Amino acid sequence: MASGEAMAQQQQFNTPGTNGVSPSPEPRRSEKAITVPDPLVEVEGVSLFYGAKQALRDVCMNIPKKKVTAFIGPSGCGKSTLLRCFNRLNDLVDGCRVEGNIFINGKSIFDPDVDITDLRKRVGMVFQKSNPFPKSIYENVAYGARIAGVNKKLVLDELVEKNLKRAALWDEVSDRLNDSAMGLSGGQQQRLCIARAVAVEPDVLLMDEPCSALDPIATAKIEDLITELKQKFTIVIVTHNMQQASRVSDYTAFMYIGDIVEFDTTEKIFLNPGKKHTEDYVSGKFG
Amino acid sequence: MPRLWKPGDAYIWISGLALMATLVMIGGLLFLIATKGLGAMWPDDIGHYTLKDGSVYLGQLRGRELVRGTSGVKSNSDFRVKLKIGNRDLYGLDFKWIDESEIVSIDFPLDAVILERREWGNYHGYLKEIRKNGQIILGSSPDAFAMLKDLIRDANKTYEKILKIEKGEIGDINYGIEKQRLKLRGLSIRGEADPEKESKYRLKIEQYEASYKVSEANLQRLYTELNRNKVVMVSTDGREKVLPLGKIVLAFRPNDMGVAEKVGFYVKRFWGFISDEPREANTEGGIFPAIFGTVLMVLIMSIVVMPFGVIAALYLREYAKQGLMVRIVRICVNNLAGVPSIVFGVFGVGFFLYGIGGIIDSVFFKEALPNPTFGTGGILWASLTLALLTVPVVIVATEEGLASVPRNIREGSLALGATKFETTWKVVIPSALPAILTGLILAIARATGEVAPLMITGVVKLAPDLPIDGHFPFLHLERKFMHLGFHIYDLGFQSPNSEAAKPMVFMTAFLLILIVVILNITAIVIRNRLRKKYATSAV
Repeated sequence: MASGEAMAQQQQFNTPGTNGVSPSPEPRRSEKAITVPDPLVEVEGVSLFYGAKQALRDVCMNIPKKKVTAFIGPSGCGKSTLLRCFNRLNDLVDGCRVEGNIFINGKSIFDPDVDITDLRKRVGMVFQKSNPFPKSIYENVAYGARIAGVNKKLVLDELVEKNLKRAALWDEVSDRLNDSAMGLSGGQQQRLCIARAVAVEPDVLLMDEPCSALDPIATAKIEDLITELKQKFTIVIVTHNMQQASRVSDYTAFMYIGDIVEFDTTEKIFLNPGKKHTEDYVSGKFG
Repeated sequence: MPRLWKPGDAYIWISGLALMATLVMIGGLLFLIATKGLGAMWPDDIGHYTLKDGSVYLGQLRGRELVRGTSGVKSNSDFRVKLKIGNRDLYGLDFKWIDESEIVSIDFPLDAVILERREWGNYHGYLKEIRKNGQIILGSSPDAFAMLKDLIRDANKTYEKILKIEKGEIGDINYGIEKQRLKLRGLSIRGEADPEKESKYRLKIEQYEASYKVSEANLQRLYTELNRNKVVMVSTDGREKVLPLGKIVLAFRPNDMGVAEKVGFYVKRFWGFISDEPREANTEGGIFPAIFGTVLMVLIMSIVVMPFGVIAALYLREYAKQGLMVRIVRICVNNLAGVPSIVFGVFGVGFFLYGIGGIIDSVFFKEALPNPTFGTGGILWASLTLALLTVPVVIVATEEGLASVPRNIREGSLALGATKFETTWKVVIPSALPAILTGLILAIARATGEVAPLMITGVVKLAPDLPIDGHFPFLHLERKFMHLGFHIYDLGFQSPNSEAAKPMVFMTAFLLILIVVILNITAIVIRNRLRKKYATSAV
């Protein structure tokens, strides 16, 4: 979507938070948002407050379609918070207030007529700590479809198999689909959560430090999986692990204290960062 | 000293001792109840006691104690024994205390017979003769006792037939007549003059009355058959007693039984205790109706308390805005658990019986008034009262269960596009189910042992009908029922013959504990299965 249209929409709908802060007519500090080819998610001047504490400061960026975008930065810099804005999971937090706007496929996600459950079906998420439901492996993968009202066994069987294969888990669990998901290992659980998320066929897949609790082998499997999945999905990944970001991502955003310091192709961020701050971080001088 | 305290060894000892003390108390209680209760069914040998004053008694030893006031060296002469001498119709009492110093001799005659009777308790004595169809068979003939047993078995079969007619056929007839009468009355209450219907109902009543006459004639015939054969017994002091066989439940000669025979006898009697109805003001016979009533009441209570408690907890934990109001509600719920149960009973009487029951009667059972149908104590109201009593337990346990469901599981569901309701229903409740069932287990344990509120909301000493029978709608929630807890109270403190009722008290207490254990184990097994199925993430 052209940014002019986005602006028009931004003016039309008051941003959530309703604290009387009217959206500015011009894209603010858009010089930080480099132009990316074919953007799917457009973040325009998003500020987020937990009560009085500001967690995001006027963030602007575009996330390209069918690429892997990594958020890196020290703890507490707002990576996860920004990620959780994309599927409005922050709505659950008491006293959380968002200013600015986010567009996915050109449509504001804060629009009053946006169905939040529908949004979350389009924006899947994988969490830091694997969180399979206390159900069977089969039911975990079929959960999204069941929510959507699909109950035909044949359709579900096919869906479960397809998505377990996508998550490279099928060979390991095909003979015990009805066992509890809790019996899987940590890495398997995380891949199950990925299968569960992609089974809903989202446009965007958010991953919040998906490997931070896993051993190197499980991590490698998930990283392979991410490379595999980006052919179909737009992936946004938060990571603490710089090697991981450099391995899997196409674009990288370096964040610091609620702000995006630098956002560019991964190659540029790691090899030739434009800012001293970024260079210090990726070279391990702080953080 | 610091050396002792610092590593905490002393604390470990103290807590270990406390645990030991608790276990010993529980074990001791169970042991006491089990021995006192289970022993009473054993066919003890029956002794022939000759005393110094020349009197003789035939009885089973039931206790031995130190005579009060004795001190110093104890000898035989300081003890006295308790004998169950039976023959209440002859002696007036079943039990007799005898000083051991009075006893001249004890022997165990093989031919001493104990008869369990439907009235007057047991009879102890010797078989003199059997009068069968006018024929007289002397008790001294070798197969007389075997014959007596056969005759009693036949008589019992006849007796069962009689019961079947009285409870079954005549019960059905009474039930039918009552229904038609109520229909007639309903017509007149509504002021409908419908001679056609009226005559139809009257005709039906006449049909019922005709079939009643048939049943009654049958009964008459059976009763004569039952009482035709008689047995003549002679007590140890020489008094004769003629007993119709219909009055005898069973006959046995404990001194003539081997151990295997005694065990068989014991098992049969124990089964009778569990499966039979009570006799003689509950001091004899079985306690089946009380077991049935207790279990049914607990089941109804569970069915009612679960949805209420779980929904209340769900609202409090998941939907209500956490604030002062919710905290006040929580404190109230917790306090509710501490309210004396009789207060709940009084509330049940006022609210359920007179309030809701009264309304139901005036709307649906107008024709039966002024006899209350639901406006009086019944198993439904007792169950609801207990549900009120136990709902705080379920709420607290469920809330704890809900609170322990990890936040990231909820977020996982929400992130897949599930609504809050779907998340709660499909993910949160299944995860909290083990905790919810723990609440149910606690509720069952509390409800099964509760007596006070039941006494005023529907439990009776002797209920003629079970709450479930063959008449539509099969489950009669308005009926009064019997309950093991109340049965214990009734036997122990309201019985005219408390000495005879004593073993029954222990037996009933034993069974009550057994039922609590069985109900709990069932719930625990279900919970463990669910735990396995819904095991929360260990990672």
